[in-house]
Amino acid sequence: MGVTTTKIVAVTGNQAVAEALRQLNPDVMPAYPITPSTGIMESFTSFVSNGKVDTEMILVESEHSAMSAGIGASAAGGRVATATSAQGLALMWEMLHIASGYRLPILMALVNRALSAPLNIHGDHSDGMGSRDTGWIQLYSENAQEAYDNTIMAYRIAEHKDVRLPIMVCQDGFITSHSIESMQYIPDGDVKKFVGEYLAIDPLLDIDNPKSIGALVLTDYYMEHKRAQHEAMLNVKKVVQDVSAEFAKLFGRKYELFESYRLEDAEVVLVALNSAAGTIKDEVDRYREKGVKAGLLKPRMFRPFPYEEVGAALRNAKAVCVMDRADSFGGYGPMFMEIASALYPHKGPFLFNKIYGLGGRDLMPLDVDKVIDETIEVAKTGKVKMVKEYITVRN
Amino acid sequence: MKLKNWKELPHAGTILEAGNANEYTTGSWRSLKPRWIEENCIQCLFCWIYCPDSAVMTKDEKMTGFDYDHCKGCGVCAMECPGKKGNKAIVMEEEGK
Repeated sequence: MGVTTTKIVAVTGNQAVAEALRQLNPDVMPAYPITPSTGIMESFTSFVSNGKVDTEMILVESEHSAMSAGIGASAAGGRVATATSAQGLALMWEMLHIASGYRLPILMALVNRALSAPLNIHGDHSDGMGSRDTGWIQLYSENAQEAYDNTIMAYRIAEHKDVRLPIMVCQDGFITSHSIESMQYIPDGDVKKFVGEYLAIDPLLDIDNPKSIGALVLTDYYMEHKRAQHEAMLNVKKVVQDVSAEFAKLFGRKYELFESYRLEDAEVVLVALNSAAGTIKDEVDRYREKGVKAGLLKPRMFRPFPYEEVGAALRNAKAVCVMDRADSFGGYGPMFMEIASALYPHKGPFLFNKIYGLGGRDLMPLDVDKVIDETIEVAKTGKVKMVKEYITVRN
Repeated sequence: MKLKNWKELPHAGTILEAGNANEYTTGSWRSLKPRWIEENCIQCLFCWIYCPDSAVMTKDEKMTGFDYDHCKGCGVCAMECPGKKGNKAIVMEEEGK
């Protein structure tokens, strides 16, 4: 089958995701808009008002209610989506666990933003990383195109019969959500065909077969429920790979569990999520021109984390700097902990961790150069001076 | 009852048989037990309306007694019972007495 594309457009990350949601045409969209994800809802509510979608839009009184309404609608048997950021996601916290525990394939557009305090509206990954243990699948996106493509693929992954788990599609607040970039949309008909119909398992609106969700489960059964949920997460990796392969075949853009940028023979490797990867790729190119074997690993699927594949990809590097745009206070950065775990069974490279870009602080090419220089030094000497250190900060 | 393993659970732990709470006998939780005094009963069925555990048994719209397999002994029925001329038709008594 030939690759289908449509004309190139110039849009923000938020507009791109709103367009994807219009094409996905969810049954229910409960939302309580919050910066920087507001643009998604702003566009989407206009689609609702103009009759471009069949979606039942529920404007609720808080994010906790948004997720609660989403859980109800999804349990009823509907396709559900919402969008949020930072404090909004934090307020959803208990409901996030309920969505995953009930195995409801809700789609959330998460526009990553720093958590208060101090109050800040800009992009970092504190919100996404804070929710990594809530049982949601997490896909991260470098730019508007990836946010759009991941959103188009999201229901296929979340609703797969072996999975049935909620999914977050993440992009960086402001840096991606509000910057206009050129990208390609897929035609409506192709999206509709790709996504297909949703058949809920045991929906509550099947009133001929009354059922109940939300019963109390004590010591005799709780663990069996969680074991089944763990199994669903284990199944995600293959589904993401299959859906991404089908997407690539139909639409030409290829996605893996993580992106390997000049990684094959790299000795000096940086690991980073989302928009920072764009800056790092430029600097990797510059160092390659100087003869340094530099490379980048950009995780796409953070939950479940593809430990084996990442471990295999990094095993032969000499030194790896893991860049975290979030801190786990009192621990290493969240991404560092995953990379260290991924390398654990192997005799791998020297590892160290930089916390950068919190609260939307820019990561400039020169900052990346300093990190690459230090990684080269660590590769040469085998000595890590400080495992975890803040950069892009005034000392 | 043999406990199911994790592979045998229904998807998402959904309860597919409506009303299966009936199979879970909660009567052993009780420390106080309601006793029905039929001669004081005016068949107002307040006890039946208020019972949170559907443990008031009826036949032909008449109260016939308590389902002690499910009654948790909360005492709401005794509290609500208007009785006859000030004499309660339901009284709470300590279990094991």
